[in-house]
Amino acid sequence: MATTPAVVRTPIARSDAWRRLLSARNLISLVVVVAVFYLAVVPLAFLLWQTFVQDGSVTVEWFREAYSSIGLTGMAMNSIVFAVGSTVLAISIGTLLAYLIVRTDVPFKSLMFAASLVPLIIPGILHTIAWIFLASPQIGIVNLHVIQPLTGGRSLNVFSLPGMILVEGLHLAPLVFLLMVASFRSMDPSLEESAVMSGAPLHTVFRRITIPLARPALYAAILIMVVRALESFEVPALLGLNGGVWVFTSRIWQVLKDKPPSYGEAGALSMSLLVLTSIGIYLHSRLAKRSRSFQTVTGKGFRPRPVQLGFWRWPATLLILVYFVIAVVLPLVILVYASTQKFYSPPTRATLSQMSLQPYRDVIHSDIALTAAKNSILLGLGSATTIMLLMAVAAWIVVRTNLTGRWLIDNLAFLPLAVPGLVLGVGLLFVYLRLPGVHLYNTIWILFMAYLTRYMPYGMRYATTSMFQIGRELEESAMTSGAGWFQSFRRIVLPLLMPGLVAGWIYILIVSVRELSSTIILYSPGKEVLSILIWEMNQNGEFPQLAALGTMMVGALVVLVTIAYKLGARIGVREA
Amino acid sequence: MLNITSLVKSFDASRGEKRKRVFAVEDVSLEVKEGELFTLLGPSGCGKTTSLRCIAGLESPDSGEIAVGDRVFFSSERNIRVPASERGLGMVFQSYAIWPHMNVFKNVAFPLEVLRRRKRPSRKQIQERVERTLGIVQLDHLASRQATDLSGGQQQRLALARALVMEPPLMLLDEPLSNLDAKLRDEMRFELKRLQRELGVTAVYVTHDQVEALAMSNRVAVMREGKIEQVGTPREVYEQPASRFVADFIGTSNFIDGSIEAREGSVYTVRTQDGVLRVPSEAEFAVGAPVVVAARPEHIEIKPGEDGVGPNLWNGRVEARAFLGEVVDHVVSVGSREIRTRCNSKVSIPAPTAVTLTFHEEAFSLIPAGE
Repeated sequence: MATTPAVVRTPIARSDAWRRLLSARNLISLVVVVAVFYLAVVPLAFLLWQTFVQDGSVTVEWFREAYSSIGLTGMAMNSIVFAVGSTVLAISIGTLLAYLIVRTDVPFKSLMFAASLVPLIIPGILHTIAWIFLASPQIGIVNLHVIQPLTGGRSLNVFSLPGMILVEGLHLAPLVFLLMVASFRSMDPSLEESAVMSGAPLHTVFRRITIPLARPALYAAILIMVVRALESFEVPALLGLNGGVWVFTSRIWQVLKDKPPSYGEAGALSMSLLVLTSIGIYLHSRLAKRSRSFQTVTGKGFRPRPVQLGFWRWPATLLILVYFVIAVVLPLVILVYASTQKFYSPPTRATLSQMSLQPYRDVIHSDIALTAAKNSILLGLGSATTIMLLMAVAAWIVVRTNLTGRWLIDNLAFLPLAVPGLVLGVGLLFVYLRLPGVHLYNTIWILFMAYLTRYMPYGMRYATTSMFQIGRELEESAMTSGAGWFQSFRRIVLPLLMPGLVAGWIYILIVSVRELSSTIILYSPGKEVLSILIWEMNQNGEFPQLAALGTMMVGALVVLVTIAYKLGARIGVREA
Repeated sequence: MLNITSLVKSFDASRGEKRKRVFAVEDVSLEVKEGELFTLLGPSGCGKTTSLRCIAGLESPDSGEIAVGDRVFFSSERNIRVPASERGLGMVFQSYAIWPHMNVFKNVAFPLEVLRRRKRPSRKQIQERVERTLGIVQLDHLASRQATDLSGGQQQRLALARALVMEPPLMLLDEPLSNLDAKLRDEMRFELKRLQRELGVTAVYVTHDQVEALAMSNRVAVMREGKIEQVGTPREVYEQPASRFVADFIGTSNFIDGSIEAREGSVYTVRTQDGVLRVPSEAEFAVGAPVVVAARPEHIEIKPGEDGVGPNLWNGRVEARAFLGEVVDHVVSVGSREIRTRCNSKVSIPAPTAVTLTFHEEAFSLIPAGE
């Protein structure tokens, strides 16, 4: 060493400045920023424009039309009762179970964690159809074998507002469970122990310390559930239409199905729904920001002694078993049962002796099912890969650089969280019907755009979480070692991000295969995906084939979810 | 070797602060000589790490000039800004920043592998150079080990090897020992110094630990609030601190306010509230000027009994004592103030004993008042 290279730098020449401006780093960043902006903003802009502008002037005509035809109050009330009802149900079940599992000595804890995977494994549409088999007044086995004998002939009608609330609430409960488990676990036990040491009895500690500490998480869960229920399409469409209970989502779908479709009305209804969900997401993000000062997480791996339930252990055990049967066993068993029948009828001794694999053969030998499976897999792989690559760079920009306006990229990437799938579908429909020169409508690419947009927030969350875990110095040391941006990104940042990127990739693969609510607006006949095929089979009454396809899909999702959770042990799979 | 001229670096103030900008480095100029280990020493937030990061190219200064040899890395005037990856300096980070997804060999090979194709050594040369460097830091037997399986001290050596493999003209070390436990830190201190001297590397070393700075450096720059307070050899900054801050930060000092009463050659007579001190100093002070005398506790002798009063001979009473193992500290009240003394552990006087303090001349340094 010792001698220094005798190179004298001349001041930067003009071409040098250009070269620097057009560096790999800036070009790639630019592409990502433009992509995020395009995906998040353009559909909403078209939605606004198409809804409020008619023949070059601003109008609210479509709102008048939309609301006069069906009556604003009835539908809006239904939507709100449905959302609030299923939230109350999901929050009560989920929070109670989470407390029992985390803080008490109740047995069968692993059963509950298995049950919490249900919404990931059973797509909403299959869950809803399973509940039709279970609780429809005519053929529902719960009605036939449990409720009618008990009540003397009356039955639980799943095609009603209470029925819808029950099915949606059950579908959302595991999500509440996971959120509240995280919150109860992250609570510093010394906060409660110091209350005990101050002389407070257990129930006072619960009321004055535990509940207030869990409150931010509880509010957050409530907001998420309300938004989810407002966005829900499967339950309102499959159960509500049958019973004449309209909500925003089913109404939007209906006006687009009319001949000719009323795009303006769909836009007006979408805007109204969007306002409601945006309020929810906005409140949630405010809450998240505020509760950061409320953080109860400590690094200590110490667990407090679980509360001894004593006599109450038995009712608690029963509760968990009953929940497991209702949420997991019944829907799965009825689905498998239905997949073994030639024609669907409720199980009797006769039908149980005539099981066959014919429906599976029908599905495997049908071209349309194979095409749908291929489309679903290609779309899932394509969108998961694209999103994770884009978001790896976006997360780097947001976390690492001091680019002006990087907060905007962050917010834009999360913006689609506030947009219900159906509303996004309507927005994209407007974009690709009106945008000249771009022919995505009637192709599978429009679904690709929809999935990119819908799942961008999840990709961003996975990518930023892992990015925060990578010390800045790991990158800086690559730079002082002589690596340029591209090399340090490829050889240091990407490999270190990989576990998080893979977990996000699998998650997006799982959810995009089951996507229904934007797909239903955007798909074109002949280019179905799996969820649409199930929808169509249900319309055509091909229940055994539907159940067979559904069972196979559930099997594939079990494999994927297992892999995701194996990875998730290291990286954390959040929020189904 | 390394020349820094009028370096300024400011950051946006965090919200709620009165100032718009916070100046982390304010007009710092310094020169590091070939083969020297130069330390930037100061409390946290004094700008030492920011200065180092400006040299590395990880921060972009507002103004000033940085040059290593005759290569200008940064100059606001001439609009030169060489990116960190093209400076060819070696840096050891406080957290070591060992890449967890590579093994030991790969970590060290990385700087060679990312060189431009024209300059990149052949695979065989890379192998040789990495092995040689790992040999220097005594990690050659662990080359295929996963980097995360190393102990703290080994990771430290690995970080060092990665910075050395390029044979950089200048090494930058950002508190490299602060994550080690006390025993290991002592060992590594000597090890690091030996390596630096044997390899003849010029190094800039950042630390907040004065013991480390004194033990390792050829020269030390003491920094405070973005400015350099004093530059000198360890002995100079310890024995002749230029300001109260330096005297206070390096070692322990008793600060005694007073004013110059008389001067005989280079010996000043200082009158204080509690007695007279005769203080030798090279600095120029006018008679009557207010001064602060900094007195090192280890050069103040303590004896039981009152032996009469005179210049550098004060009476007091022991208030407290603390047994620290190798030494014993006494706190002695003299008039209105308390003087701390440090002596070997044989001397131990219980409170409240009347004692005589003898100030030896090497205890003193004379500092202008108000700093």
